[in-house]
Amino acid sequence: MPGPRRFSVRRKRVCKFCAEKISYIDFKDGKLLGHFIPERGKILPRRISGVCSTHQRLLAEAIKRARHMAILPFVAD
Amino acid sequence: MRNYEVVFVAAPTLTTEELDSFIGHIQTVAEGKNGKVVKIDNWGKKSLAYKIKKFREGYYVVLSVDGDGATIAELERRFRVTDYIIRFISVRTDEALKRSEKIKAARHKKISKHAPVPPVSAETEEAPPLPL
Repeated sequence: MPGPRRFSVRRKRVCKFCAEKISYIDFKDGKLLGHFIPERGKILPRRISGVCSTHQRLLAEAIKRARHMAILPFVAD
Repeated sequence: MRNYEVVFVAAPTLTTEELDSFIGHIQTVAEGKNGKVVKIDNWGKKSLAYKIKKFREGYYVVLSVDGDGATIAELERRFRVTDYIIRFISVRTDEALKRSEKIKAARHKKISKHAPVPPVSAETEEAPPLPL
C-alpha cells in the first residue's frame, strides 16, 4: 500500500535563458519579455520564474527599456 | 568605432513617404558626423503599450549605427527637435555583443574539456526549459 505522498511533484526549475544559452536579452523582443510580465505588468520575481541572477539582471534591464519604448506596459490592468 | 542600436517611434499621422524621407535624412546626418547607418529595420505601424502624446500606435524603426558618441548625440538632438518622433532610445551594442561572444566561447571550451562527446548528445541530456 503506498503511503500518503509527502512531496508534491516539483519540477526542478531551470533558468530559461541558461537552458537556451541566450547570453544577450533583446529589449525589442516583446514576445519573449512578455513571459516575465504577469497580469499587473510587474517584473516576475525570480523565485517564481527560476531565472538565474545573471539573467534576471539582464532581463530587468531589457524590460525597462521595452517599457520606455511602449513595447511593454508600465502598468497593465 | 562603436556600434549602437537606435530605435525610434514616429507618430502614426505620418505617411510612409515622409517616414522614408526622415530615415534618409537621418542617414545623411549620421554620415555627416563620421558615422554610418549599417542596417534599417522598419517594423511598420505597431500599437503602443500605452498612450504617448495621445497616440495609440506608432511607426517603429530600428537602426544599427556605427559611429561614436558625437554621432549619437547629434542623432538624439535631431530626434528631440522633430515633433513627430514620439520616443527614441539608443543602446550601445558592441560591448554587450562582445561579452556575449566571450560567454559563448567559454562555454564551448568547457564542453570540449569535460565531455569529448559531440555537443549534440550533451544538449539532449539537459532538462527542458520551464514553460512559463
